[in-house]
Amino acid sequence: MQRSRVAALALCLWAAAASAQEPIKLDVVNDSLPKSLTGAPGNAGAGKKVFLTRTLGNCLACHQVTSLKSEEFHGEFGPSLDGVAGRYSEAQLRLIVADPKRIFADTVMPAFYRNDGLSRVRPEFVGKTILTAAQVEDVVAYLKTLN
Amino acid sequence: MTSRYVGLFAVAAAAIVLTGAGISAQEAERKGIPAPPGHVFKTIISGYEFRSKETRALQDDDLENPGFLAVERAADAWKKVEGSEGKSCASCHGEAETTMKGVGAAMPKWDDRLKKPVNLEQRINICRTEKMKAEPWAFKSQALTDMTAFVRFQSRGMPVAVKTDGPMSPWFERGKQIYYTRVGQLDLACASCHERNNGKFMRADFLSQGQTNGFPTYRLRDQRLVPLHERFEGCMFDVRAEPYKPLSDEFLALEVYVAWRGIGLPVETPSVRN
Ligand code: HEC
Ligand code: HEC
Repeated sequence: MQRSRVAALALCLWAAAASAQEPIKLDVVNDSLPKSLTGAPGNAGAGKKVFLTRTLGNCLACHQVTSLKSEEFHGEFGPSLDGVAGRYSEAQLRLIVADPKRIFADTVMPAFYRNDGLSRVRPEFVGKTILTAAQVEDVVAYLKTLN
Repeated sequence: MTSRYVGLFAVAAAAIVLTGAGISAQEAERKGIPAPPGHVFKTIISGYEFRSKETRALQDDDLENPGFLAVERAADAWKKVEGSEGKSCASCHGEAETTMKGVGAAMPKWDDRLKKPVNLEQRINICRTEKMKAEPWAFKSQALTDMTAFVRFQSRGMPVAVKTDGPMSPWFERGKQIYYTRVGQLDLACASCHERNNGKFMRADFLSQGQTNGFPTYRLRDQRLVPLHERFEGCMFDVRAEPYKPLSDEFLALEVYVAWRGIGLPVETPSVRN
């Protein structure tokens, strides 16, 4: 029992590591990502959670959002995201979250859906993206509510 | 590319130019010292200026400042004989108040025999192993951090005066390269936070210029003195990067370079930070 659990865990880790090794290719069209990364639309409610969670999006570390006033500590690295849905299309927002350096050269905003081209990444994060494809879709769905 | 993107680019570029030259609105309000010509900042500002009134008050009061417990412990250790040579620090250096004055302000210093810069922690351990024939103190041990604080305290108020020319210059260049290299899953460099964004909030953290004049520093969060290389490690860890090892050549080079970024700032050891 004990042994098979260890073996199962080892297998899981190996599987995760193996699938994570593939560099992600984004289908960029005109500075945007028209296709959903999962093939399905995201969920705005789940996206709000990802947006706020420090170990996931942690977007408030750098951005301000007036409708999230009840949350403490809005960062100042990036612009306010109020009205961001009016400034960008869904396809543009997807690319901004997935790999913002494709749009804002030299930005300090991390790429949330990129797993290569980085240096000295801590071993537990090597080959992995900050967010999963589904989480990116959820965040994009949430951003679309910021009119 | 759409025209909206072009506009944003321009705004972003203007922002980079401004902060890159170190002229942010906030910087003008904080007390600092004018930087020498060719420096990255116009005004060099201690981390002290970025902390709350309460934290600053704690640092300002020697009786309340918890860092002084470490300084007092090390004042005793200074006179304590250890190792097979039967010596204490005082056997060779006498009164620290006079012999150690200015030493901590000029670290790291070039060591002709080792052919590399050494910082205060390393210098203390070289004395222990070679002159006292005592065991070196482990990095992060209370004994080493206390003694580092004690020696640096003897330079309190004196300007940071690290040398970066001659044999130090390749180390300076290496440190500079590390400072501007983005690392980790979050892909940020020291400069991303401490040069481009100092004076801004990153969530609850109010970012300073990342100066080293207060180290070792008493961190309220940890309730103990924290040595500089532990802070470097922490900053790298937070961007999900694999930190360099404390006292590694990389962190030594970084220490040389970051000391230069704070050249002229008064030594504040033991400072208080959150
Ligand atoms: C470390 C800082 C940081 C983090 C974390 C961060 N951003 Fe950003 N973001 C920025 C900066 C800076 C910009 C401005 C672009 C530039 O650099 O010119 C930006 C721009 C944007 C924009 C475009 C805004 C506009 O009006 O042009 C969107 C949308 C955005 N971010 C969404 C997000 C989301 C969603 C997250 C979390 C999943 C996030 N950001 C996390 C720093 C950050
Ligand atoms: C993601 C942002 C971020 C990055 C990247 C970063 N730091 Fe920091 N650093 C902080 C924060 C937050 C603090 C605590 C508040 C302050 O003093 O700025 C801090 C504090 C410091 C301090 C202490 C300043 C004081 O007065 O006590 C030093 C020194 C420092 N950083 C150096 C560095 C170096 C060198 C690097 C690169 C290896 C680096 N930092 C990278 C966020 C960062």
